[in-house]
Amino acid sequence: MAESSAQPTPVPTGPALPVVGKSDTKPTWCPGCGDFGVVAAVESALKRLKIAPYNVVIVSGIGCSSNLPHFLSSYGFHGIHGRALPVAEGIRWANHGLTVIGTGGDGDGFGIGAGHFVHAMRRNVDLTYVTMDNQIYGLTTGQASPTSQMGQKTKSTPTGVIENPVDPIALALASGATYIARGFSGDVKQLTDLVAGGIQHKGFAFVDVFSPCVTYNKVNTFDFFRQRVYKLESAGHDPSDIVAAWQRALEWGDKIPIGLFYRTERPSYEDLEEVLHAGPLLKQPAGLAGHESVLDEFV
Amino acid sequence: MSDLAVRAGGQAGDGIQSIGETVSRCLSRMGWHVFGLNAYQSVIRGGHVWFQARAGDPRPYSQGDQADLLYALDPQSVAVHAPSLRAGSTIVYDPEKFAVAESDLPVGVRALGVPTLEIARKYTSQSILQNAGGMGAISFLAGIPLELLHEVLRDSFGKKAGEVADWNVGAASAGYEFARAHAAPNDHALGRKGAPKLLMSGNQAIALGAAAAGCKFLAQYPMTPASSIMHWMAAHAQTLGIVVKQAEDELAAIHMAIGASFGGVRAMTATSGGGFSLMVEALGMAGMTETPLVVVESQRAGPSTGLPTKTEQGDLNLMLGAGQGEFPRAILAPSHPVEAYHATVRAFQLAEDWQTPILVASDLHLSENVMTVDREEIPTHVEVPSLFTVQPNGHDYQRYQYTESGVSPRALPGQPGLQFVAGSDEHDAHGHLISDVKSGIPIWVTERQRMMDKRMRKLQGIVAATEPPAWEGPAGAELTFVAWGSTIGAVRDARAALAERGVATNLLRFPTVYPLDPDRVQAELTKAKRTLLVEANYSGQFGRLLRAETGVHLTDRLLKYDGEPVYPHEVVARAVEVLNHGGK
Repeated sequence: MAESSAQPTPVPTGPALPVVGKSDTKPTWCPGCGDFGVVAAVESALKRLKIAPYNVVIVSGIGCSSNLPHFLSSYGFHGIHGRALPVAEGIRWANHGLTVIGTGGDGDGFGIGAGHFVHAMRRNVDLTYVTMDNQIYGLTTGQASPTSQMGQKTKSTPTGVIENPVDPIALALASGATYIARGFSGDVKQLTDLVAGGIQHKGFAFVDVFSPCVTYNKVNTFDFFRQRVYKLESAGHDPSDIVAAWQRALEWGDKIPIGLFYRTERPSYEDLEEVLHAGPLLKQPAGLAGHESVLDEFV
Repeated sequence: MSDLAVRAGGQAGDGIQSIGETVSRCLSRMGWHVFGLNAYQSVIRGGHVWFQARAGDPRPYSQGDQADLLYALDPQSVAVHAPSLRAGSTIVYDPEKFAVAESDLPVGVRALGVPTLEIARKYTSQSILQNAGGMGAISFLAGIPLELLHEVLRDSFGKKAGEVADWNVGAASAGYEFARAHAAPNDHALGRKGAPKLLMSGNQAIALGAAAAGCKFLAQYPMTPASSIMHWMAAHAQTLGIVVKQAEDELAAIHMAIGASFGGVRAMTATSGGGFSLMVEALGMAGMTETPLVVVESQRAGPSTGLPTKTEQGDLNLMLGAGQGEFPRAILAPSHPVEAYHATVRAFQLAEDWQTPILVASDLHLSENVMTVDREEIPTHVEVPSLFTVQPNGHDYQRYQYTESGVSPRALPGQPGLQFVAGSDEHDAHGHLISDVKSGIPIWVTERQRMMDKRMRKLQGIVAATEPPAWEGPAGAELTFVAWGSTIGAVRDARAALAERGVATNLLRFPTVYPLDPDRVQAELTKAKRTLLVEANYSGQFGRLLRAETGVHLTDRLLKYDGEPVYPHEVVARAVEVLNHGGK
């Protein structure tokens, strides 16, 4: 395979290291929101990997969690609802020297954006997608989301949800993602590891994060998850075993696994796109100069 | 003056398009200007399809009204097309397949039975080879030299075709010789005229224009009649270094293009009205984030799925209004491949200069039909400036800095020290959101208004940077046609026909349908003695825009929405009506 999937430009270490930090914009999330843990983990992961902020683009859609790009010192694209991934893919193909991270919520990624989610994974585009999954629509003040559990009462489902929830981990396994993890914003240390692993992974890395909404979801709270989550790495799970990953993905109830479900090596889209073998697209020559003979086919 | 039109008709799957392309190619290599009309249906087998290659001098800008030669592969083709044949025309058919009685044909139309199947059987059991014999006969009648037909056939099969190409050449010769033995060339038969011309569809011209302008990324979802833009780009992606992505839907296509543009390359998407409807929200995002973007909207007859393989100019209102709120845009409307090439180049320059989405409005008639172009009409040398226009200088960088033109310095991800967030929410000069916690607070209310003013100011610059309305024909003519996009072709040919009858007309065409300079447009319209608006839609959408912008109401109209292209004779008839009776 040609060296098409350029890894992020290494930045020399030292006291004046330009690392990703907080921006001058303060998060607007409710006090206690799970998303604080996620932005902290993304920041820590980028710092740990020493990726310069100017080589990072964080792309989001719309929703509380999609405000995340504003809170870090990297480049960002805060687009429209459900469309973070195709924007992120376009950025990667324009300049695959960049580290591209998609962020957003469960409604953004598994509801309105579900189609893009599936297709980005089957392409194995080399980006990291971190979803802040709170099982509720928060910004619109508390309607059911694609991951709300059966029976959950919300403003839009006063007598309880009557649709089966999307299982993001199983969906990712079925769609061909090559790095599939689940974190919990109550455990920033593990989440940092998972996000950092995703960024380092060549191919589509998906990290679904239980990120409780303290205002609108009174069911899936921090306590709810603290009582139920267990770590896959402590349970002897082998992330190279896809059958085991499927079994773990289906676990829900008193015991809910977090950690790395599955990881495999497969050429990324950027590896397989021959045009990108000549280097990042934005550095390649443009126009028809030298290609004038292209007109001959019209004679 | 020379004018020859050759038609071929049959069912889908009969190879009609190949016949049409071969004949068109022969005529363009003889040095004639050609207009090739491909009339087809949304079926892969069956139905009635036909192709017409029309060549002549002056340059044909439309399919014209009549034909001189018809190659009929089934009886339906005779029934459908015989009424369009001029006196002196010949129908080529195979008597083994069906009978044609000259007594049933219009006066002066002859039928020439050619044993095309019998010729084909000498080489193969595959009946498709009959077309080569038919083309041979047609070529003799049209004046196409046999060796040229051989050359075009061999080129179309490529070097690897081996005996199939030989069979075609052999069958073509047999058909040619049969016709020579049994008929005389048509009165309008053409000879060699000059240097070969380039033959291309509007979509190919758009793709070429995009490549010339420096497009490095195309994302698209298949939809007639825009798909062949992607086909050409995909076929040349490796050579030209263009990433071509077939997306999962049009939503993804436009967002990928916006992402690629934000990421630092010139990017485009293309679709038809249905797909464009899905792109509407993203178009506004490109406007709000000030991301350069070129969108080709190749219209087809709507509403909804409509007539997927038929033409219309029914999406102008959609293009004008696409997206919630207000943001600057331009809509360029070429009428011919030459114009399509230049409009696409211009669209990229405008998108880059003004950091906003630019639409190229095509339609099936322009996108899919083939026309000739002289090489010098599409100079491939286009300056492609670097997109690295901002360099860090240690000062505070404001991505959405307030400027007089409305255009702010655009950094690209990867540039140190210039990090910003492009937001679809309203934002301040730094890109910080003012949409939630700040909205409603007086200083931010003012900021919002300033930012709207900044973006919308670009429209003034865009008006000045786009091609203004253009006149064709003598000043002071009795009648002025007003038209945009592909219908201009039929108007041009109608003007020539009217001129032959001693009726002087002119044309005010709009290469840019939006934005318009109302004062200038009003001044131009005032020069017209009488106007006739020609549009391929039900309600006269461009007429409505002109009235809204200038107060001028163009009451005499030719509006066509049956899915078929406008024919010159329809324009002529309506023009005569308007001139004689003052219109409706």
